[in-house]
Amino acid sequence: MSQWEPKIVAFLCNWCSYGAADLAGVSRLQYPVNIRVIRVPCSGRINPKFILAAFRHGADGVWVSGCHPGDCHYIEGNYYARRKFALLKSLLEHTGIDPRRLHFSWISSAEASKFAQVAREVVETVRDAGPARHFIKTLPQWDSVWGESTAEIQAEVV
Amino acid sequence: MHAYTEKIREAARRLLAEKKVDGVIGFRRGTLPLMNEPVFVRHADQVDQLVWDGNCGVNLANYLTKRKDRVAVVAKGCDSRNIVVHIQENQIARDQLYILGIPCKGMLNRRAILKALDGREPLQVEETEADVTVSGDGFEQVFPRKDVLQDNCKICIHRNPVIYDELLGDPVEEQKDVDRYEDVRRIEAMTVEERWTYFEELIAPCIRCYACRNACPQCYCPTCFVDESRPQWVGKSLDPTDTRTFHFLRAYHMAGRCTDCGACERACPMDIKVRQFTKKLEKDVKELFGYEVGVMLEERPPLDTYRPDDPQDFIR
Ligand code: SF4
Ligand code: SF4
Repeated sequence: MSQWEPKIVAFLCNWCSYGAADLAGVSRLQYPVNIRVIRVPCSGRINPKFILAAFRHGADGVWVSGCHPGDCHYIEGNYYARRKFALLKSLLEHTGIDPRRLHFSWISSAEASKFAQVAREVVETVRDAGPARHFIKTLPQWDSVWGESTAEIQAEVV
Repeated sequence: MHAYTEKIREAARRLLAEKKVDGVIGFRRGTLPLMNEPVFVRHADQVDQLVWDGNCGVNLANYLTKRKDRVAVVAKGCDSRNIVVHIQENQIARDQLYILGIPCKGMLNRRAILKALDGREPLQVEETEADVTVSGDGFEQVFPRKDVLQDNCKICIHRNPVIYDELLGDPVEEQKDVDRYEDVRRIEAMTVEERWTYFEELIAPCIRCYACRNACPQCYCPTCFVDESRPQWVGKSLDPTDTRTFHFLRAYHMAGRCTDCGACERACPMDIKVRQFTKKLEKDVKELFGYEVGVMLEERPPLDTYRPDDPQDFIR
């Protein structure tokens, strides 16, 4: 069995964290390859539908990152987002989603090393939590294939 | 109860005669006992249909969304709070409304009564302050009123309308020392996997009829997320994932808007305790943002505002 690697969907704000990821690359900073980036115009654009969809499509973790409070390109989008995230995270955990699967951060476009650092932490925390089984539509009936086949099965079952 | 009925009729007759409103939204007797139905009264000669008793649990704020006319509406404590939310969210203007406030004594849980009757069919229901007497073919059973209230009414702390133009009775005493979150805390104390299983079992009987959504006054999007396609965010099947997604998102849409009126649970044909989702949000909103829904008309809803120092210890 090949080594299971966590898949993490990262929603990064175009104006900060996405730039930080760019800068991390340009600066040759090392961080794990488990992250799939989706660029969004603002952390305020995040809809809980996106996060559930990520889990449904086989993500083991979700990471949302935006600008520091006060630095939002749209002045206050992340202030509103912060309230939504607080409730969202709490309700997801309350209904049985492992807190290690959902991560939030504020990373400015200059903070490439913070980006790489948080990426490492997120990947390690999700790795600890193991493959995500909840929100996945069709579960394989046999245990030994957990991990390797989840993604392929997901490709068919949406 | 009967006193309320008389007062509602009197007010309706007067408002219609004075042409203060185009119609009155209230309740009339339903075709089955324990089931009153909403009614729109537009003419004085229909006023005598209006009634009031413990079976008026349907939330009438549901009928106010985007109205263009001027209406009078009969409002219990919870209805009045949903009206406040409607006004805050620009679904109707305050000056279109004439609110007939009803200090509420709690609404009856029809399903609990039917269960206790164990198959016997109720034909007649008599209510007093303390008791509910249900009778049918060859039987009569008396229930203490407080035992057969809806779950949300048992823990209601806003029985008196928070906003009204006319109050149709003396204010009732508000329930003190109720623990609103006993059940939420019980779930919080579980492990994360136990919680997953708890909710999995809770919604297992769900048939995705969306009655809970339709009964909710706060659900008024022109296109509900469950009907969206391209992309389709919620699958249409009865797969547990789809049902879970529906319930999660439905609840989340109520964040900072749910008044715990119990309309969803009341409507559910499968008797699913859907309030278990929204109550957690209610508790969080209170703890994190110090907000209670539908109490202050002037305040902005909690997700429509922010404070620079809002809690953020969960963000790196
Ligand atoms: S929730 Fe409160 S106001 Fe609403 S019906 Fe129940 S007791 Fe009355
Ligand atoms: S009313 Fe009940 S059965 Fe219908 S969708 Fe809601 S929870 Fe499911």
